[in-house]
Amino acid sequence: MMMKKQNNWILSGARVIDPVNNIDEVRKVYIKDGIIVDEAAMQGVDAEELDLTGKVVAPGFIDVHVHLRQPGKVDAETVRTGTQAAAAGGFTTVVAMPNTSPVTDNAAQVQYIRELAERDGIVHVLPCGALSKGLAGEEMAPIGSLASVGVAALSDDGKCVQNHELMRHIVEYASNFDLPIMDHCENTALAAGGVMHEGYWSVLLGMKGQPSAAEELMISRNIMLARMTGCRIHMQHVSARESVALLRYARANGIPVTGEATPHHIALTDVEIKRFDTNYKMNPPLRSEDDRMAVIEGLQDGTLTIIATDHAPHTQTAKQVEFDYAPFGIIGLETAVPVTMTELVHKGYLTLPQLISKFTKGPAELLKRPIGSLSLGSAADVTVIDPDVEHTIDISTFYSKSRNTPFDGYQAKGRTAATFVDGVCVYSRLDEDR
Amino acid sequence: MRHSAAGAPNFLSRELADCSIVNAGDGAHSHPTQALLDLFTMREKKGRIEGLNVAIIGDILHSRVARSNIWGLLKLGANVTISGPATLVPKEFEKIGVRVCRNLKDAVKDADVINLLRIQHERQRTEYFPGTGEYAKFYGINPDSMKYISPETLIMHPGPINRGVELDSAIADGPQSVILEQVTNGLAVRMAVLFLVAGALK
Repeated sequence: MMMKKQNNWILSGARVIDPVNNIDEVRKVYIKDGIIVDEAAMQGVDAEELDLTGKVVAPGFIDVHVHLRQPGKVDAETVRTGTQAAAAGGFTTVVAMPNTSPVTDNAAQVQYIRELAERDGIVHVLPCGALSKGLAGEEMAPIGSLASVGVAALSDDGKCVQNHELMRHIVEYASNFDLPIMDHCENTALAAGGVMHEGYWSVLLGMKGQPSAAEELMISRNIMLARMTGCRIHMQHVSARESVALLRYARANGIPVTGEATPHHIALTDVEIKRFDTNYKMNPPLRSEDDRMAVIEGLQDGTLTIIATDHAPHTQTAKQVEFDYAPFGIIGLETAVPVTMTELVHKGYLTLPQLISKFTKGPAELLKRPIGSLSLGSAADVTVIDPDVEHTIDISTFYSKSRNTPFDGYQAKGRTAATFVDGVCVYSRLDEDR
Repeated sequence: MRHSAAGAPNFLSRELADCSIVNAGDGAHSHPTQALLDLFTMREKKGRIEGLNVAIIGDILHSRVARSNIWGLLKLGANVTISGPATLVPKEFEKIGVRVCRNLKDAVKDADVINLLRIQHERQRTEYFPGTGEYAKFYGINPDSMKYISPETLIMHPGPINRGVELDSAIADGPQSVILEQVTNGLAVRMAVLFLVAGALK
């Protein structure tokens, strides 16, 4: 991994795509002291000019759904390895989910994660606080205190508050601090014991399924709460056709809800489970082809504004077990760009600017932060994409500490070529591509 | 290898090269030797599999015996009907060519073979039906049900039987039952499987 401390750059020759500023043209991008500037500001500055002809320059990608596993499961991932994986994947900002051990449900824990991020992180790490104490879904977390130490959002990800009244009060209380609420939508009674999607394949394979209704019920609940309270709610990893339809209805009616899709729900379906490979086990589960297409349609028509990885590292020891006993989750930071470029752009479902919007504008709007654009004066977080390179995904090249992905050997078209954070090049394969 | 988790033999066979693994039942997924012995028994008694009407009754959802029987029977050309409480009889099986019947009488009246599955109500945390009494009343095979079941129909059960629940003793021990022959055939069929995978023909 190339680490150049230099932070003055002239990026030349690339197609620059910045959805926030409606830019899509070949132009130069100027970076001075880690900030995006105009040409005039570069007069007399000692900067390195990179010829990026044939590449795409975009605002740094944002992943609002990442598990860095530190503290608690540092055998699976750490802030260092997780942010290295983020950099290699083209992500300059990651939102770290709170289901660490201990849980990020108090100010001290948030401070600790911020210290870790400061010390070990090579991309921006935004801590996400819990909605409920201990993710138990019983008592409200100290949301004001969490806000005062700078959490970017709140989520009980991996769990879902089942008590609707408590959820209502969380959503309302959090609105005082203008924090986005991100919900893992799952009715636990309906999903209990389910290890895959309930449908044709679960019935044939004799495995307990999670019906789509388990997700749809909580999406409906959240839409009703958002309408009733006027407060924003974001739906994590939307996976089922009716979930997309419900969100479409809600957004058309002005209800303040958003949704994200994961690369694996875009690329894969439950037919893969027939090999009992635990790298296909995640929650929500891979669903049917019809559901997969609905997620893609949701991305196309703007119902889903965000692509997020749900990067969930697990050790080989944890995953190399019977399907029933394996933990849920796969890593995604280093495969998101190749997989979504291949599945969405090169298959003609989204244009490149539309895809880049799902990684930049959509997440920035959810987080209400001045990131995800190449606006003059903003931090020079930049992702360089090589849009047409054909390659085979090889897990042995990953920076993540874990290898739990179903995409090893996947034939991809397009990948990240370089990543800049605050003007510092934190990842580059530009030299080897020459 | 018998295992509580579906796919455990598949997992192990990927990990162990040059080693035959015989699946002796994995979770609710598959029980191939039980299906082989059931098919052998049907063919022994009826002379064929193709064209036979086979009804499988009971907890299909959690049954590896049902799944393996369905694959084997469909492959050999039998007509398969499944029935039982709707909570335990998924309609998805229609997609592979199985008839899903909500009425027990319709399911069994033209059957050449009725294969009954063990109900494990006591082991299930979830309520799929109100109780064994109600199960016996609506889905159990008893002397009353024999009024609409042909005297030529074979009664099968993979054992152990919940007597008086899915099957009344009078039928289990009656002239149409081939349950003990299934046990006998099971020994021979499993010996044959081990003989073949041990490389005896190589």
